[in-house]
Amino acid sequence: MSASLEIQLIAVLVAVACALPGVFLILRGMAMMSDAISHAILPGIVIAFLITGNLSSGWLILGAGLSGVLTVALVEVLRTTGLLKEDAAIGIVFPALFSFGVVLIAVFADDVHLDTDAVLLGELAFAPFDRHVILGREVPRAAVVMAIILVINAAFITLFYKELKMSTFDAALASSFGFAPSVLHYGLMALVSTTAVGAFDAVGSILVVALMVAPPAAAYLLTRRLSSMLVWSALIGCLVAVGGYWMARLLDASIAGSMATMAGILFVIVLAFAPSRSSGSRRGRA
Amino acid sequence: MMDAISTLFSDYTVRTVALGATLLGITAGALGCFAMLRRQSLLGDAISHAALPGIAIAFLITGSKSPLVLVLGAGLAGWFGTFLITGLTRRTRITHDTALAMLLSVFFGFGLMLLTFIQRRPDANQAGLDSFLFGQAAALMQRDIQVMFGIGCVVLLLMTLFWKEFKLISFDAEAAHTLGLPVRALDHLLTALFVSAIVIGLQTVGVVLMSAMIIAPAAAARQWTDRLWVMMGLAAFFGAVSGVGGVLSSGLVPHLPTGPVIVLFISAIVVFSLLFAPNRGLAFRMMRQWRSGQQFRVDAVLVDMYTLASQHETVDHPHSEQVLNAMSGNARRTLHLLETLGLAQRIDDEHWGLTESGTERARGLVEKRWGEGP
Repeated sequence: MSASLEIQLIAVLVAVACALPGVFLILRGMAMMSDAISHAILPGIVIAFLITGNLSSGWLILGAGLSGVLTVALVEVLRTTGLLKEDAAIGIVFPALFSFGVVLIAVFADDVHLDTDAVLLGELAFAPFDRHVILGREVPRAAVVMAIILVINAAFITLFYKELKMSTFDAALASSFGFAPSVLHYGLMALVSTTAVGAFDAVGSILVVALMVAPPAAAYLLTRRLSSMLVWSALIGCLVAVGGYWMARLLDASIAGSMATMAGILFVIVLAFAPSRSSGSRRGRA
Repeated sequence: MMDAISTLFSDYTVRTVALGATLLGITAGALGCFAMLRRQSLLGDAISHAALPGIAIAFLITGSKSPLVLVLGAGLAGWFGTFLITGLTRRTRITHDTALAMLLSVFFGFGLMLLTFIQRRPDANQAGLDSFLFGQAAALMQRDIQVMFGIGCVVLLLMTLFWKEFKLISFDAEAAHTLGLPVRALDHLLTALFVSAIVIGLQTVGVVLMSAMIIAPAAAARQWTDRLWVMMGLAAFFGAVSGVGGVLSSGLVPHLPTGPVIVLFISAIVVFSLLFAPNRGLAFRMMRQWRSGQQFRVDAVLVDMYTLASQHETVDHPHSEQVLNAMSGNARRTLHLLETLGLAQRIDDEHWGLTESGTERARGLVEKRWGEGP
């Protein structure tokens, strides 16, 4: 398989893996949580790296997952004190954790390949060089990691589809059925965190946000059914991945940046052509 | 330590950078208060990310890296970004948080694409553009400070001029409308000021951490006061202190990046304020709860003893501790407290009776609760 095909494959895997939990994020009004988590996983990654001394260890994913969940918990704690609104809580927690991560890198790991640029921006173009032998075949490590994460995400959503659906649309009803919305909530946040860390060295954390939010937002304009919204998001995610890659090739620019741009372009196209049955109906023109 | 700090301050670069960080702290802190009141805390995050393509486009068009040009580009892009967010939220099904997240990531990605596109062009004169990504306080120069100072002054001046109007549209937009104020125009002006405060900070702390400079000082200041102008002064002060603190500690400790340290400083101030601010702070709240719980237990035991005594001839009739325990939970500790307060006295090992003042107080409580006592 050529490098170009491999990059596109990884990009598609990342896009679909991000789009699935993203659907629930935007339906639950938690889109900014993807931004918070994708930044706040940095200290988890750095601490796991400082302990294991290895950049490709599974502990990094675990560390990132934990600090993602920690972010969610901290925001929750701040919110329940009643001293801060939720958006202010988010806006305080994640820059603090991110700064902590950056300072840790600067002080303890200055000489390693773990710089903030890589975390924020990623470089998909290098992904095919980092290879792994699986079943006697050499495959890019990022592809393996993202495929596993995609399977986990898809499995979680399939297994708990009913529960997720109900707790998303009617949390009170869900808890009266004994579905424990907070367990699902943290489960979903753990998915978002692991997806973010899996994607971070391939595409960087900002693209994670774009891929988690833009395709589901476009799908949200196209349908009112949860199941078809998931399918549409995945499809739009694939288009973003492939289209973004070719735009990057054309302009000789960053693949992650081009994919985010493509996500914006596709959203605008959908916005222009989507059935406008509900646009403006709730609030009228101000 | 003091020596090191005074040497640092005599250093020209450090002085410049510290001045820049102070300016940034003051403007962002003050404007952040309005953002927080208007529930727009995360808008700052979106604006700072949305500014990136503006910087790239300004450079592509003019080929100049003059701070004024770049800041202007950043400001226009940031303003356009807020315009899009408002439009998306009002005109489509897309919710506000989705619009924010989408705008910030797509604009940032677009900016990144432009930056890499610029960098790979042969006529590269672009070095330094990426300092906007993470901020390079150490690279601040005299002309950057001049731009920051100029814009900062205009922002603060306009804020003072329209103080009453801004206050009104932040607290009660309906009332402002009824009074005949041009609410939308004022809204645009405040947003423009907000955007300006953000773009002048980008070079110091970078796109990612700028949102903290907006939210955190305001959030900390909010805990100490209920008055807007005090809150604003405090926020500006906290912002300035963490700016200087960040610059100094990154000057003292090698490798320490300025922007993140500034953010850690201001976060520490937030945590301290949440815990220890008088009235609102968590420590005060816990103490208040503990006190009122204690008050409640004291009163309960007093009333119990008084009611029991009314069944007997004398008000200081001794009651066994076990009976009191049965009536209001664990009375033992409360009884000792009553003794220290002089409201009850120990008769013997097992028995307690009310004192004169205890009876007085209990009668008062009973009368307050049930009218005439038994």
